[in-house]
Amino acid sequence: MDLLEYQGKQLFAKHGLSVPSGEVADTVDEAVAAAERIGYPCAIKAQVLIGGRGKAGGIKIAQDAAEARAHADAILGMDIVGPHGEGPFRVDQVWIEGGSDIAEEYYASVILDRGEKKLLAMVSAKGGMDIEAVAAEDPDALVKRHIEPSGFDVAAARSIVADAGLAEDALDEAAEALVKLAEVAREEDATLIEVNPLIVTAGREVVALDSKVTIDGNALFRHQDLAEIADTVDDPQEQMAKEKGLTYVKLDGNVGILANGAGLCMSTLDVVAQAGGAPANFLDAGGGSKAEAIVNALEVIKSDAKVTAILFNIFGGITRCDEIANGIVTASQQIDLGMPLVVRLDGTNSEEGLRILAEADLPNLHQEKTMLDAARRVVELAGSAA
Amino acid sequence: MSIIVDEGTKLAVSGLTGREGSFHGLRNKAYGTDLVAGVTPGKGGQDVEGVPVFDTIKEAVTEAGANTSMIFVPARFAAAAIDEAIDSGVETVIAITEGIPVLDMLRTYWKAVEAGVRLIGPNCPGVLSPGKANVGIIPAQFFDPGPIGVVSKSGTLTYQIGNELKQAGTGNSSIVGIGGDPIVGSDFIDILKLYEADPDTELIVMVGEIGGDAEERAAEFIASEVSKPVVAYIAGFTAPPGKQMGHAGAIISGSSGTAQAKKDALEAKGVRVGESPTETAQIAAEMLRSL
Repeated sequence: MDLLEYQGKQLFAKHGLSVPSGEVADTVDEAVAAAERIGYPCAIKAQVLIGGRGKAGGIKIAQDAAEARAHADAILGMDIVGPHGEGPFRVDQVWIEGGSDIAEEYYASVILDRGEKKLLAMVSAKGGMDIEAVAAEDPDALVKRHIEPSGFDVAAARSIVADAGLAEDALDEAAEALVKLAEVAREEDATLIEVNPLIVTAGREVVALDSKVTIDGNALFRHQDLAEIADTVDDPQEQMAKEKGLTYVKLDGNVGILANGAGLCMSTLDVVAQAGGAPANFLDAGGGSKAEAIVNALEVIKSDAKVTAILFNIFGGITRCDEIANGIVTASQQIDLGMPLVVRLDGTNSEEGLRILAEADLPNLHQEKTMLDAARRVVELAGSAA
Repeated sequence: MSIIVDEGTKLAVSGLTGREGSFHGLRNKAYGTDLVAGVTPGKGGQDVEGVPVFDTIKEAVTEAGANTSMIFVPARFAAAAIDEAIDSGVETVIAITEGIPVLDMLRTYWKAVEAGVRLIGPNCPGVLSPGKANVGIIPAQFFDPGPIGVVSKSGTLTYQIGNELKQAGTGNSSIVGIGGDPIVGSDFIDILKLYEADPDTELIVMVGEIGGDAEERAAEFIASEVSKPVVAYIAGFTAPPGKQMGHAGAIISGSSGTAQAKKDALEAKGVRVGESPTETAQIAAEMLRSL
């Protein structure tokens, strides 16, 4: 789960890291009122879960109330596309904070290095720009060092910030900031914390001017405050799926997909794309073979207006295909799909499952024996994406 | 031979008294696995269909001779259960539990390394050595004994490929589900090493997916250390960046961890990568015939 900039900053503040004080606003009027309280110049920053906001026009400095109003009006409601084509992300909230007197701009992060199975601290004196570009052009400018499982103290942090070439008089405070970032990672179950830029003010104070934080969704049971943030999902289908306890990711296409198991589901999306189709979603039904689980899944898929046909790709392991088939028959009595459903059942008790479906003789239900044939069939039935 | 589990496996199941633990533990026993003990704190002295239950894994080792531990404990308590297993004296810990916080696994991973205990999982379907032993939730009916070693991040996708291999008339030395979490006890490389040394394994099928760089690292390792042929499959070509695709570890971060990058890395080292599970099984069966 990713946090918005201001949510990440609130987490930093909780752990004693300096951040500019500010307020969050949902409307232009709220934003102007907040700017008036904070004073000028102030920054008005789009709160979306993607980088590159500055370039997209999502961060503006206001010198007075009229500018605050104009910027908030322009930023609220805008769509921001990420540097790798992510999104678009609609801006529903802005964060207004006091302008900072910037003397130096650095970069600092603590991330989970999956390959080395350690936390990795990264620091650069070249902050405020795309760090991937810095690393590509001038690899020595980004100092990377693993945090040993035995611990991480100010001395270890100081050697990293010193090697990165940060200003001599800022080293102690920058080292403390890095230790606090590692503490946030450990204590808040964050798998990624990035501060770009980490600034030194004219008064030589080290302040986190931005935040990018990813929290491990599996650890939310021990973070009540963060769990509440996780409950707010923007997309209506994803919200509905979440309430029904389904693993669902919305995509752009028109072929609705349900499979059992995350790997098989990803693979199903791939073969549908290979067959020339565009998947509308990822939905892992897990071990859920009961009619209720199938009804829930179909309702979520169907609620996406783009979907014109649905593929059910099941490989029964522990889950039995006859149970799934009975679930499909029951579900079809409870819900009017109004579009073709292609079913591929294989694995445990698949013959029995296929017989049940054949006997039920459901309208608009098409059976295929293999995953590839099922993918081709559903793409044909779905027609071209609207 | 086979790897990790076989006729010598003496299994203790943590969570055997729970619904999932008893269902799968007893299924493993029915397959022929030597299930010697269950472990549930506070339930020592009871039994589950004749299998004695102990309060601690240590007792399962000293009293019942367990050498392999399977963890079926709920996520928030699972890391502590794995830690207990590591300290108990077993050689292998297989953690099925899904949803363990990754920073807990970070700590537990290094504990296992220091103790010299082999950890498989978490969030994995377990290990099956056809005809010998099954530890976990893999449906054994799709796998016959044979010369193909399988290592995979995914459960159902492995069953799909296993079933196609069986229909092609071949079988498996072992099937190892390494799990779909960001931090797992054993990576592709650890398992490739075991298959390379296993005389019964003639060919290896590796099933990866988006996220992390375990497949890229495996490609390097295969090029320098693996003499046996390897066929790979990668899932998630259509996955968008930044979205978690079911498994906690299946996420493209920025531009890294994509299926295309993994496929390219493997092919650059001469590993054939199937376009679909079906094609992967076909390539494996063909290559086996030409060995």
